Amino acid sequence: MSQLQDSLVELIRRTSAEIPDDVHQAILTSLENEKKGSLAANAIKIIDQNIALAKNKSQPICQDTGSILFYVDVPIGYDQITFADTAREAVKLATKKGFLRQNSVDSLTGKNDGTNCGPGAPAFHFHQHRSPEVSVKLVLKGGGCENVGAQYSLPIEKLHANRDLDGCRKAILDAVLQAQGKGCGPGILGVCIGGDRATGYELSKTQFLRRLEDRNPIAELDALEQDILKTSNELGIGPMGFGGKTTLLGVKICAANRVPASFFVSVSYMCWAYRRQGVTLDAESKIGKWLY
Amino acid sequence: MIKLSFPFTAEKILALKVGDEVLISGVVFTGRDAVHKYLHEGGKLPPGVSLKDGIIYHCGPVMMKQDDGSWKCTAAGPTTSIREEPYQGQIIHDFGVRGVIGKGGMGDRTVEACKANGCVYLHAVGGAAQVLAECVKQVRNVYFAAEFGAPEAIWELEIADFPAVVTIDAHGHSLHKEIFAASSAELAKRL
Repeated sequence: MSQLQDSLVELIRRTSAEIPDDVHQAILTSLENEKKGSLAANAIKIIDQNIALAKNKSQPICQDTGSILFYVDVPIGYDQITFADTAREAVKLATKKGFLRQNSVDSLTGKNDGTNCGPGAPAFHFHQHRSPEVSVKLVLKGGGCENVGAQYSLPIEKLHANRDLDGCRKAILDAVLQAQGKGCGPGILGVCIGGDRATGYELSKTQFLRRLEDRNPIAELDALEQDILKTSNELGIGPMGFGGKTTLLGVKICAANRVPASFFVSVSYMCWAYRRQGVTLDAESKIGKWLY
Repeated sequence: MIKLSFPFTAEKILALKVGDEVLISGVVFTGRDAVHKYLHEGGKLPPGVSLKDGIIYHCGPVMMKQDDGSWKCTAAGPTTSIREEPYQGQIIHDFGVRGVIGKGGMGDRTVEACKANGCVYLHAVGGAAQVLAECVKQVRNVYFAAEFGAPEAIWELEIADFPAVVTIDAHGHSLHKEIFAASSAELAKRL
């Protein structure tokens, strides 16, 4: 087994079994806000116990180990083909070890060959940068929360959503309302305003690479993020849709240019089991530092 | 906390109401998308599987085969139930199901079927795969593993003190409908 494969298996193991600190902190804070003994508080307590158990046992936080999304920043000249081949082998090994469920199904035949590898799986997003560093970020996104993602094409008469920031707000809040219960809340939203149907969703997911406590440097988007978070938590949907004060743990929004004829708002929903980690790799492909 | 133990009789199920927190013990069978579609299309349960007065669990667990050939459950949280809405009511009726464990709630047809047949929907905490795997004391058997793959197979599980909340009872009440109506009204005030 190569050093790169070894490092990637460890990245997968830790991503699957250990919730990042920023997310864990947000979950603990939410517990303080919920009424003691309520269904909401009891659900968050089970979530917190689950986080501890998964870490101690080195087993998946959630049995749906999700779509496997690699975001890889590489220097110019880095061999991306070898990286992807090695990562696929790492995924197969991590599946054998039980860090990942046999989770990838042939969409035509319905067969699951148990490897987690096939057309489009795992997914790689390579990005070249002018730095010698290789950094690998991994998101494991479960199907329950993926299914409640939504893309809105403005204007939408039913929502009174026009092609402006208020229209975006209405669309995003509609997505929160519709997702209730089904996406394993409290959730985190990644949103892209603009783009096309494909880039909109793709960019919405890159928002999950941001830390929960960061603030958007663009003032309008920062205000919208704070507003959506506050408003959503006033709706009484709560953890698992049981009712309560914590509907969302965070909202992250970006904007991309659009063509004049299109105005998409793409909303991706992440469950509380927010599996996101990252590492830098040194020259020998050993893990340098953990990014979250 | 209410202890809900096998056998899951009509009397015990009818006594439950929306909002009750329960700890479930006994034998349950997993079944998700492939199994529901198969049964809805007239498929037969394999010998050894009975859902009569039983509980079906919407779950695709992570199972590790042990050296002695037995299975160990290493992750076993609920999957989203609404995908089974087209099939669930009929399956509750045809097979005499008394409880459905899942997450996210179900729609009107399932609420009606629960009322008509004396069945409840038991909401487990989604994503809590480790806490819930700890409640699986034994993996007794697996059916349809070859046909449907491990996550979609029917797993026969013996569970103990498995925590869940009654969110649809046998009397026509649904916590999901209540919260959706209340949250829609709250949202309307804020638009």
